[in-house]
Amino acid sequence: MLRYLGKRIVYMVIALFLIVTATFWLMQAVPGGPFTSEKQVPPEIEAALNAYYGLDKPVFQQYLDYLVRVVTWDLGPSFKEKASTVNQIINRGFPISLHLGLQSLAIAVFGGISLGVIAALRHSKWQDYTAMVIAVLGLSVPNFILASFYQYIFSIKLGWFPIAQWEGFEYTVLPSFALAALPLAFIARLTRSNMIEVMNQDYIKTARAKGLSTFTTTVKHAIRNALLPVVSYLGPLTANILTGSFVVERIFGVPGLGREFVVSISNRDYTVIMGTTVFYAILLVVLVLLVDLAYMLIDPRIKLADGGKE
Amino acid sequence: MKKSLFALLSSLLLLGAALAGCGGASQGAQQEESKPQVLRINLHSEPPTADPGLAEDSTSGGIVRATFDGLTRLDAEGKPQPSVAEDIQISEDLKTYTFKIRDGVLWSNGDPVTAHDFEYAWKRALDPATAANYAYQLYYIKNGEKYNKKEGGITADDVGVKALDDKTLQVELENPTPFFLELTAFYTYYPVNKKVVEANPQWANEAATHVGNGPFKMESWEHKSKLVLVKNDKYWEKDKVKLERIEFSMIEDLSTELSMYENGDLDWAGEPLGDLPLDAIPALRDQGRLVTQPIAGTYWYKFNTEKEPFNNVKIRKAFAYAINRQAIIDNVTRGGELPAMGAVPPSMNLNPEPFFKDNDVETAKKLLAEGMQELGITKLPPITLSYNTHDGHKKIAEAIQDQWKQALGVDVTLQNTEWKVYIEDLHEGNFQIGRMGWLGDFNDPVNFLELFKDKYGGNNDTRWEHPKFKELLTQSAVETDPEKRKQLLAEAEKIFMEEMPVAPIYFYTMSWVKDDDVKGVIVDGLGNVDYKWAYIE
Repeated sequence: MLRYLGKRIVYMVIALFLIVTATFWLMQAVPGGPFTSEKQVPPEIEAALNAYYGLDKPVFQQYLDYLVRVVTWDLGPSFKEKASTVNQIINRGFPISLHLGLQSLAIAVFGGISLGVIAALRHSKWQDYTAMVIAVLGLSVPNFILASFYQYIFSIKLGWFPIAQWEGFEYTVLPSFALAALPLAFIARLTRSNMIEVMNQDYIKTARAKGLSTFTTTVKHAIRNALLPVVSYLGPLTANILTGSFVVERIFGVPGLGREFVVSISNRDYTVIMGTTVFYAILLVVLVLLVDLAYMLIDPRIKLADGGKE
Repeated sequence: MKKSLFALLSSLLLLGAALAGCGGASQGAQQEESKPQVLRINLHSEPPTADPGLAEDSTSGGIVRATFDGLTRLDAEGKPQPSVAEDIQISEDLKTYTFKIRDGVLWSNGDPVTAHDFEYAWKRALDPATAANYAYQLYYIKNGEKYNKKEGGITADDVGVKALDDKTLQVELENPTPFFLELTAFYTYYPVNKKVVEANPQWANEAATHVGNGPFKMESWEHKSKLVLVKNDKYWEKDKVKLERIEFSMIEDLSTELSMYENGDLDWAGEPLGDLPLDAIPALRDQGRLVTQPIAGTYWYKFNTEKEPFNNVKIRKAFAYAINRQAIIDNVTRGGELPAMGAVPPSMNLNPEPFFKDNDVETAKKLLAEGMQELGITKLPPITLSYNTHDGHKKIAEAIQDQWKQALGVDVTLQNTEWKVYIEDLHEGNFQIGRMGWLGDFNDPVNFLELFKDKYGGNNDTRWEHPKFKELLTQSAVETDPEKRKQLLAEAEKIFMEEMPVAPIYFYTMSWVKDDDVKGVIVDGLGNVDYKWAYIE
């Protein structure tokens, strides 16, 4: 187990190194720099700016400096937001994205499983059809449209929730639901089809024949087995929800980290591009590792890659 | 439990789908009772800095203007009035300014504001080690440029700004600069508290350490989320400041900003610090709620005068004359802009008469034929019009592409690139026709003309250069008689329009909506906003 973990961590470090390197050189290859602007400054001022931010050094030196920065986790100043360093940007933005992400994840998982189970238990009845209509809506309506719907109905028309900003619990509700819609729909469909399959299997029939109640059969035997595919979806979903909230964050004015990803690239804010990329890369490889470990715990048939055959 | 959740979710979603179909504008919240003196505004994005020496964008400028005060401050007419300086003496040759600092001017932490703070602030911005992008705004000061560019062994001591004592600031200029007093109201010329800045280089980044001398002080700054200013009790003219609080939200999404305004969460939506969705503007205008104000800015198409066919002046003119500007304003931009038949905005009052007729297709056809003959060609080479990714630019480009096709029978290809790539292409001369805009830094025509003085000047891009034009600008820089200077500049603009290295399209406006009880917010001719005199009625 430890050997396996150690090996995985070594791979993770190599993967991160490759990501850092690729990002750095790709960034260098993109035309335009952080100080390219409509009102072009005199070359001397641009030189002073370059010197201030260390961009006057040879590229390879900059690359080495950057590697050192990543290792010491001191990601440097932002070019665009002079008031902030990249570490500050991440420290401020990530907890908010995390909060939003976890809340959405909870809604997606509980809402999706509930819908799926109900649909499966009431297979081909109106509950099933309604649940699947919701799922199709969730899958097909882009979340920025959904977000505007929510704002229009629940904020402007009904006045239940604030339109935007991030100041307390009531501010988190609409963005969480907007972000949760797609995974919720996906989980609902996944759960439903798995449940229907499982419910038709012999061991469920046996359980029923033994006289167990529908509740016990469903909860103790069916759901557990039906949820395995859902668990394997959770890893990428978590990463996705934590990184992919840019649009929702923008519409609801949530000061999260999602926007930095996108905005920093159009600003050529090198340090922020690098910082957020490295940060999310770390998040991603750690999550992938956790999911692999979780598989092992849930399904004993899956063995460690290190211990022989898979 | 599951059923109730299911019921809730399904009803929410179905209700949503049903209501969304109804659409329609919502009415703003109505509050009749007298309101506290609180103004709620949106910033389109987080201000990149609150340090006047480093600020270079309108968002930072808005915050800095509220929290600092310069030697002068622009009034509602855009004229500089003495502010921190109570008395200003100008020498005969217009090159030496002596400012007397008012008694009892304090920093928000209680320190007195002295002439030394100004000297320190200006030299700090000019110091190459500060890496201030707007250092060139201080180049009018003697040796300012040389010090910033580290030329000829010039040190900070040689820069023409000196605090003679705590109360007296003497400034020497390179040239008589008729707009210098206006510049002293610009944020790069604001003072900073020497003690505070030296003790903590990060002073301007958090509300707790931010020290200003303006009508407001920073109470809190939740980065990317909210910034609150409160009235500064130590401000020298605090009796004139009526607002108790200004609450800035930071919502990037334009529709959300407008929704918040409609819902009563904001008192003001749109420019200068926020923005309105382009699609909402015609409706707001029809309802009579949109406020529109011209600002000193020109949207134009630059020609690359080194590449065929735009190395020929007649062809440049043909393309410029054939544009139907009024149609673009009426159908595309719809922000009440003014058609531009000159380079310098009308507010600067340089050449009040248009240089040519809008949509002059007949002349354009004639000029095109003559131009092609001069070049010895019977068929134009393929022509590409470049613009950067933006819905508005795209629509304008498509309209003009169509107009050129209709008027001149020319096929033009559109090319769209991402902003930074686009800028670099333009600066490198890698284009035929490219869109660009220029918003005035200060209220003087020279700001628009000097861009094209040098062929390889940073913002020229057209590679156009003209000896007479250059000479006129050089003469205007040393001319002390304002009337003569104006004539020189007017003459320069004439040459410019005769040569047509750019085709002007329209003069910019700013648009916003605001609550009726918000009064006294000044948006000057350059689009800068000042909240000092604002109040809620």
